[in-house]
Amino acid sequence: MLTVTLNGQPRELPDGATVADAVRAVGAPEDGRGVAAAIDGEVVPRAQWTVRALIAEDRVEVLRAVQGG
Amino acid sequence: MTAFEIAGRSFESRLIIGTGGFRSLESMREAVLASGADVATVALRRVDPSARGSILEVLDDCGCFLLPNTAGCFTARDAVATARLAREALETDWVKLEVIGDDKTLLPDPSELLDAAEELVADGFTVLPYTSDDPVLARRLEDAGCAAVMPLGSPIGSGMGIANPYNLRLIVEAARVPVILDAGIGTASDAALAMEAGCDAVLLASAVSRAREPAAMATAMRKAVEAGYAARHAGRIPRRLYGEASSPVEGVAELT
Repeated sequence: MLTVTLNGQPRELPDGATVADAVRAVGAPEDGRGVAAAIDGEVVPRAQWTVRALIAEDRVEVLRAVQGG
Repeated sequence: MTAFEIAGRSFESRLIIGTGGFRSLESMREAVLASGADVATVALRRVDPSARGSILEVLDDCGCFLLPNTAGCFTARDAVATARLAREALETDWVKLEVIGDDKTLLPDPSELLDAAEELVADGFTVLPYTSDDPVLARRLEDAGCAAVMPLGSPIGSGMGIANPYNLRLIVEAARVPVILDAGIGTASDAALAMEAGCDAVLLASAVSRAREPAAMATAMRKAVEAGYAARHAGRIPRRLYGEASSPVEGVAELT
């Protein structure tokens, strides 16, 4: 297992987990519509979600569109 | 009302609706439809697995063009990162750039705002900055390549209307990009005043979303923006210190 910070909380994911696994882990829609992910503040393009492996202590943010002015 | 353009894209409605503050997606849907808005703003936040419904489906149904914002950012760095995430999430390079400098008044941080605007323009974004009502800052943002300037009337959510009509007029007179009044609208007359002052459009959220009857207030805002625009172009009479009779002064009968 590896521990990352996922949306501000420590989270254990299987070794070899990718950004796509992190997106699923927070319960974001599978198709990714309206969803974006960043590692350490850098956007990970959707096309790389299934190939970009996470490493320990990555700060992963998974965001989606919500109501806002 | 004639259409207006931002960065070469044409919009029919001059009312832009912010989606923050609605009590439910259904309330938002009714109000957005009643507003007639073509453009709706959204924010980006951490995924909440318990959230129900999809705001994007609702706004798609309403036919809205999505304008993501950088609300909640206090530095240029955060705002730029948020804009890039929004571009990825929504496949748009348009952004309502918001960099707050004070968490009590929610007034913009001018220097961070300008830095972020420059960086995002260089990165190919269509930048619509929420700015203070400072004519010099508006000019600097325009010079930086922003597609519009969006001065506040008064602080976000305050409902205080247009606090400094004189500054707003200076911004309108000088701008070569669309001027969109953003923030501070409380009721319909505020929106009409903004349009009469020569703004190209009005962006509001709380005035509708937190009204007792959001859809009814959205209708009022749509009419106010249309009325203000029409009045601006109809050519109002000058203000006079004294009265000027509208009935003929000749031919008045002598009856006593």
